[in-house]
Amino acid sequence: MAITGVGITTPNVAPADPAQTATRRRHGLHRLLVNGKVTSGLVMLGVLTLIAVFGQALAPFDPSKRSSDILQSPSLKHWFGTTHIGQDIFSQVLVGTRSVMFVGFTAGLVATIIGVVIGVTSGYLSGSAAEGLSAISNVFIVIPALPLIIIITNVVPNSGDWTIALVIGFTSWAWGARLLRAQTLSLRRRDFVEAARATGESTWRIIGFEILPNLTAIIASSFIGTVMFAVATEIALAFVGISGISEWNWGEILFWAQGQQALPQGAWWWFVPVGLCIALLGTALSLVNFGIDEFVNPRLRASGQSTVKASDGSRVRMKVGFTPVLADPSRSKEIGI
Amino acid sequence: MSYFLRRLAFYVFTAWAALTINFFIPRLIPGDPVSALVNGMRGQIDPAQIQSLTVLFGLDKKQSMWEQYTSYLAQLARGDLGISFGNFPLPVSEVLTQALPWTLLLIGVTTVLSFLLGTLLGVFAGWWRGSWIDGLLPATTFLSSIPYFWLGLIAVALFTGVGSFLPASGGYEPGLVPGWSGEFIDSALRHSLLPAATIIVASVGGWLLAMRNMMVTVTAEDYITVAHAKGLSERRVMMNYAARNALLPSVSGFGMALGLVVGGTFLVEYVFSYPGIGLQMLDAIAKHDYPLIQGIFLVVTLAVLAANFLADLAYMALDPRTRKEG
Repeated sequence: MAITGVGITTPNVAPADPAQTATRRRHGLHRLLVNGKVTSGLVMLGVLTLIAVFGQALAPFDPSKRSSDILQSPSLKHWFGTTHIGQDIFSQVLVGTRSVMFVGFTAGLVATIIGVVIGVTSGYLSGSAAEGLSAISNVFIVIPALPLIIIITNVVPNSGDWTIALVIGFTSWAWGARLLRAQTLSLRRRDFVEAARATGESTWRIIGFEILPNLTAIIASSFIGTVMFAVATEIALAFVGISGISEWNWGEILFWAQGQQALPQGAWWWFVPVGLCIALLGTALSLVNFGIDEFVNPRLRASGQSTVKASDGSRVRMKVGFTPVLADPSRSKEIGI
Repeated sequence: MSYFLRRLAFYVFTAWAALTINFFIPRLIPGDPVSALVNGMRGQIDPAQIQSLTVLFGLDKKQSMWEQYTSYLAQLARGDLGISFGNFPLPVSEVLTQALPWTLLLIGVTTVLSFLLGTLLGVFAGWWRGSWIDGLLPATTFLSSIPYFWLGLIAVALFTGVGSFLPASGGYEPGLVPGWSGEFIDSALRHSLLPAATIIVASVGGWLLAMRNMMVTVTAEDYITVAHAKGLSERRVMMNYAARNALLPSVSGFGMALGLVVGGTFLVEYVFSYPGIGLQMLDAIAKHDYPLIQGIFLVVTLAVLAANFLADLAYMALDPRTRKEG
């Protein structure tokens, strides 16, 4: 494999310990968790989930209660400042987390279930029914989702969190379905599936026990993608004032801030903390997704270590697909290539 | 050729599906609000317009669903989208022709620019892994997880204000008449700079990441090693061998990402009060202007389909396998 020639040596890199490799291979889940990106993403998600659950209890003030502290900048009493009628923005952010997380994860779950059913069915079965399912998911990918969701939530009466979550879930499953179909198509003719079929396993058992476990990574990453989309959509709907204004969520805070001309008045605290929370949630989800990507496609791993120190102290730049070589004529005889 | 025909058939099918969704949504509105609006305006709108709204919204309950559907399709074929309640007495088609060029230009230019910029950066980031461009990734990820509209709000707060070169809202100076005069074009360009920059900053990260990951995957292929072994220059291997192949998934994803970009752009238009389709749609929803909402959904969907078709043509030009007979 190594491209060698006169005056070129390969650096002295110790071969991987075979036992260690085997252990690593055995604990796939463990390997996913030791990935720094996944861990930090999951920790951030965990904190936000705790806030979603206990936010109501943690909030120092009632988020809707007026007070005489009108439009104050952040202070020890009001961490994120106050609104035009003296509401505490920190409490609004804490209480609003629940709605955002609920809609995000419910919509993600609904979309993932539909996506798995349609994607795997249309990938595993053949015939006109499968083609039809695939055509439907392609149609749903192409139709712009946000205008459709805006129209539907506008039409449906009393759109609370449940409605919004279901509407988003039912309109955003197609991307996952498409990815799953492609992967199922490639799995269905593999040897282990053929073997299961030859031993007379039922179609549903093959799908459930042979195919689905091999789709776990794609299912997880399409779930996370949908959660990101659902969170962004819910916040956008609340921001433009379409969804119901009964419960607090992050978009709701931005809606009031925009309506009350917060930025022209210099009330940056009304926007910035919420925006950072949204970005925090989005970054946490992307980090988990990166981890899954690296898990599935090992070539994406270890991007930071591009320079490696060889045994003789010289530095070699590592690059995927290239055998690292050193131009050092004086040492070529010692190593004896 | 068969690839081309299959794609064409798919777009015809999708356009039909969009028309049908557009047919059913207003019929699901509970409580018949359009009838109420039409009755309230009787005497102001002429019978032909009432007839066209009747067809669009199924106000005539005596007709069967199938009759409603066929007359709906026939009416759309004539380009009649009814009359806008919010912009009375303008027909919907006229409101759309006024708003559409703004959105098309804004989305068209920004999407192409952000695709080119992100893809180019992605080529470098994937080729020179661990370099400073690769180090941009966390920053762009963070930027792409911020909603477009929030970025727009911050941009307005930071870069506009009294005496600033960049205006905070609108599409052109209020006093000007839209046309091909130098003054108007200058004003329109100035008004579009900030919305365009917002969309580019928010969307470039996605392209960068997709291209970078494909480049990383492609650089490990054997043909890249062969190209190196042949002694081709680094630049040639990077651009003509690696990037050219890594580009394919990005191009096929381009059309599909448009659906998402359209949604983000609507909100940017809202934040900047940019006189495009998105602002019209949110305005129409606030005013319960159902004919305009339906018309916008239809036009936006058809525009996205057309853009997808263009992306497919580009894909055919790039990937010779699609041109193979059979």
